[in-house]
Amino acid sequence: MRVTRDIDSAEECAQDAFAVALSRWSTEGVPDRPGAWLTTVARRRALDVVRREAGLRRRLPLLVDAPLSAAGVEAPPEVDDDVIEDDRLRLICTCCHPALAPEAQVALTLRLLCGLTTAEVARAFLVSESTMAARITRAKQKIAVAGIPYRVPTAGELPERVAAVLDVVHLLFTTGHTAPAGQSLSRRDLAERAIDLARMLHALLPDNADVAGLFALLLLTDARRETRVGADGRLLLLEEQDRHRWDRSSIDEGVALVRVALRRRPPGRYALQAAIAAVHCEAPTWTDTDWREIVALYDILVDVWPSPVVALNRAVAIGMRDGPAAGLDALRPLEAEPQLSSYAYLPASRADFLRRLGRLAEASSAYEEALARTDNEVEREFLRARLRSLSP
Amino acid sequence: MPEYAVLIYGDEAAIAKGGDELESQIMKGHMAFAESNGEKLRGGHALQSVSTATTVRSGADGALTVTDGPFAETKEALGGFYMVEAADLDEAIAIAKQVPAPHGAIEVRPVRVFD
Repeated sequence: MRVTRDIDSAEECAQDAFAVALSRWSTEGVPDRPGAWLTTVARRRALDVVRREAGLRRRLPLLVDAPLSAAGVEAPPEVDDDVIEDDRLRLICTCCHPALAPEAQVALTLRLLCGLTTAEVARAFLVSESTMAARITRAKQKIAVAGIPYRVPTAGELPERVAAVLDVVHLLFTTGHTAPAGQSLSRRDLAERAIDLARMLHALLPDNADVAGLFALLLLTDARRETRVGADGRLLLLEEQDRHRWDRSSIDEGVALVRVALRRRPPGRYALQAAIAAVHCEAPTWTDTDWREIVALYDILVDVWPSPVVALNRAVAIGMRDGPAAGLDALRPLEAEPQLSSYAYLPASRADFLRRLGRLAEASSAYEEALARTDNEVEREFLRARLRSLSP
Repeated sequence: MPEYAVLIYGDEAAIAKGGDELESQIMKGHMAFAESNGEKLRGGHALQSVSTATTVRSGADGALTVTDGPFAETKEALGGFYMVEAADLDEAIAIAKQVPAPHGAIEVRPVRVFD
């Protein structure tokens, strides 16, 4: 039993040994100490089986329930917290392996770490159950056939691998968060699962600044969940949200994590985004918002993460800090940016600055442009309302 | 231990533009690679230029036709390959990362074993 850790296996090996004995002894005669011979053969067979199984388990963990303990073949089965948590880290690193397609990484993470059914994962991503089942099966096959190992990455590999995991968790959160509060339960569920995963990662990797940064970002963003949509289903801007209904304990937890996350030099992009969210969350009212601080953070973020969307957000913050004319100036270079050519927030931001400057006709056409680029019904309604407010 | 094919693709025109200097760099890279990973290599070859390729294709009626050129006209052509032994994909990737592949990429694929 000790070697195989499982009664069935031990039985098989014993039977095997007898079968070998019967065939050998009939040709070579019975050995001097048949008992010892049988035990040795059975033991060797058992070791073979376990080694083969260990190899299989290394490559097919998703098909096998009980993971092998880290200590190896002959260790007694351990069921304590360390082993369990280690397995979750192994599992999430395997699910988020770069050799898997990003959509497969997300699907596997939800299915295997969060325990969602295939149907629930399918609903979350608006595909049919059979499509999602096929996606998950293909991913498992890739893991098995290509030999994606089931292990925690080495210290050298960890930064890159953790980054991939964080991207998946972030995607999970934004997918759950962007659906308005009135939508199906599965969307809110996604945001919560993402936060659970971030919390787990932070517990497993407490010194990792990027993990702390993502966890902070999720907490601080989620703190506003109750106030993002009005009672009538209308989108509420930060400006209009009732800050008393923001989740203070999430904010406190998030702010503390931001301090930890910003210790890394240079700071990671999740940490910086979290810091920006923290500035918003700490302002008692909209007018108290420290736009100077926000622009300073965007200055760093745009360096660390040269994305046109970040540049757009920074331009808006400049407009908030220095006034709408400065905002328009900051937006101008982005009009030529090909990646923003179908992005609704660019004309929407321009429209808003034009509106504040009283340039209503120009604001009107900018809102029309934004509407043409928006599919989300709640956002469309917001833009239409803005348009209506412009006409006398 | 599992075996992986490490397929080396490269844009021949771009590489040619790199002249003797780039070529000697690539050679040195392969020699260093072989030295570091010798015991894991199970074979491999550099291939002649894609201009020397010939394709045999079977048509709808089952007839075979022979034509000049590679199977697929791609910017990066198959330039060579190594067969490597590795415990798992991560090891195979770590090995593949050491193979020189300027103006191109490396594909890592597990070998199929028939029992």
